[in-house]
Amino acid sequence: MVGGVKMNYVVEVCNLGMKYHSLNGEIDALKNINFSVSEGEFISIVGPSGCGKSTLLSLIAGLIVPTSGEVFVEGKPVTETSEKVGYMLQKDHLFEWRTIYQNVILGPEIRRTLTADTKEYALKLLDTYGLLEFKDKYPSQLSGGMRQRAALIRTLVARPEILLLDEAFSALDYQTRLAVTEDIYSIIKKENKTAILVTHDISEGISMADRVIVLTKRPATIKKIHEISLSCEKRTPMCSREAAEFREYFNKIWKELDVYV
Amino acid sequence: MSNKNSPNISPQHAEYLRKVKRRKRTILVTQITLLALFFALWEIAARIGVVDPFISSQPSRIIDTISNLYSDGNLFNHIAITCVETILGFVLGTLIGILVAIILWCSEFLEKVMEPYLVVLNSLPKIALGPIFIVWIGAGSLAIVVIAMTISVVVTILEVLNGFLGVDNDKIKLVKTFGANRIQILTKVVLPASLPIMVNALKVSVGLSWVGVVVGEFLVSKAGLGYLIVYGGQVFQLDLVMASVIILSVAAFLMYKMVALIEKLVVKRN
Repeated sequence: MVGGVKMNYVVEVCNLGMKYHSLNGEIDALKNINFSVSEGEFISIVGPSGCGKSTLLSLIAGLIVPTSGEVFVEGKPVTETSEKVGYMLQKDHLFEWRTIYQNVILGPEIRRTLTADTKEYALKLLDTYGLLEFKDKYPSQLSGGMRQRAALIRTLVARPEILLLDEAFSALDYQTRLAVTEDIYSIIKKENKTAILVTHDISEGISMADRVIVLTKRPATIKKIHEISLSCEKRTPMCSREAAEFREYFNKIWKELDVYV
Repeated sequence: MSNKNSPNISPQHAEYLRKVKRRKRTILVTQITLLALFFALWEIAARIGVVDPFISSQPSRIIDTISNLYSDGNLFNHIAITCVETILGFVLGTLIGILVAIILWCSEFLEKVMEPYLVVLNSLPKIALGPIFIVWIGAGSLAIVVIAMTISVVVTILEVLNGFLGVDNDKIKLVKTFGANRIQILTKVVLPASLPIMVNALKVSVGLSWVGVVVGEFLVSKAGLGYLIVYGGQVFQLDLVMASVIILSVAAFLMYKMVALIEKLVVKRN
């Protein structure tokens, strides 16, 4: 796989390594990470807390520069942030001083690509996902689920090819979280985006993913990559949780994570 | 939200709303009564000779003094001078303070370099610099404004810079994923997110600016409420001192309320 034809992969991560420096010494966050993601694929990355999962996403997004190795997005090495990559953070971080509409056009506004076409696209997305009537409302007037959806639309308006979800649901309470996961998953599939989800929640990881990458403790390396194939009629996070194989995957990954209290 | 205006509120809720209203009114009435009582007792005590009105003054004489100032045509002149100096002091102090805070936010190096100086300036009673400004600038309104500004500017820098640095890092990360540069981070996230803190700094500055102006007027001026106070004290005319202090309290109260109103308008969304 490695060194093969790059065109087929949307994201390629090659021998990636990352070290942090502080006065207390050097921290090895990531070591020798290799994987690639095909178009439309949904990848989950699980690992023990503090193992460098978020670092990995920041590297793919071009927010930080790796110590060694390289990341390719659509065959081009990542050197800075690009509109091809959309990033979703743990909280929705909608700006309270902007209306929903002003919030979702934030990306193009910063990139100075805010054309009539983009505005129309933003409105279309708001309409498709049921937020059009709230476009002039402020975030505090929306429910948690709606806010998360607005945050996803904000990411989608920039027309990214890949979505990076950094613990994107963990700030929500459990019920809302299940519903939002379902919601966001269907939107991502409908928009046919490639997605990489980082999570500490094994169930969440399996329920959404085509493949689950298990990372080791720091310095994080890839322990195992699981191809997830579940026998359910329609692949949604909820249905996935009911599939017979779900528990097996869960148990395997749980053992691999090697958690001790 | 819609509950408040809906016509069919339950009798219990109506009762609750009435109670809240009544309580609010009671508080206001008590506040006014307390003030009236204070002045009434003062007046009575002066009249029956419990206190010496030559030293303590008395409300009726204060009113006479104010109306004399008014008929001389000087009253509003004095008030205006002090108010303008104060407003200039805190507006300039806040603006310069915010500007410096922005510069320090932009350069972490500069911020670290300036830190000890700001700490010293903050703990130094700025009034001590008054004579220096007077020598440099001259004994006039400008020196007074500069004193007032100096008092509010340091606090504003520290407050606002703290606010800037306290902005959620993830919010900054978010705009960085959209490729924002340093200036965009400032204008799209840091400034709007810190708006409440900046307005609050304005509120603190108002109070400090009054201190600066009155002390400045003590030192140099030929007009203004601070001048009246210090003049009244020198010629042992307590009526004039008390009258000026009361006018000063009212003016300070009104100005604070005005800034609070601005705050309400500006910070609706945060």
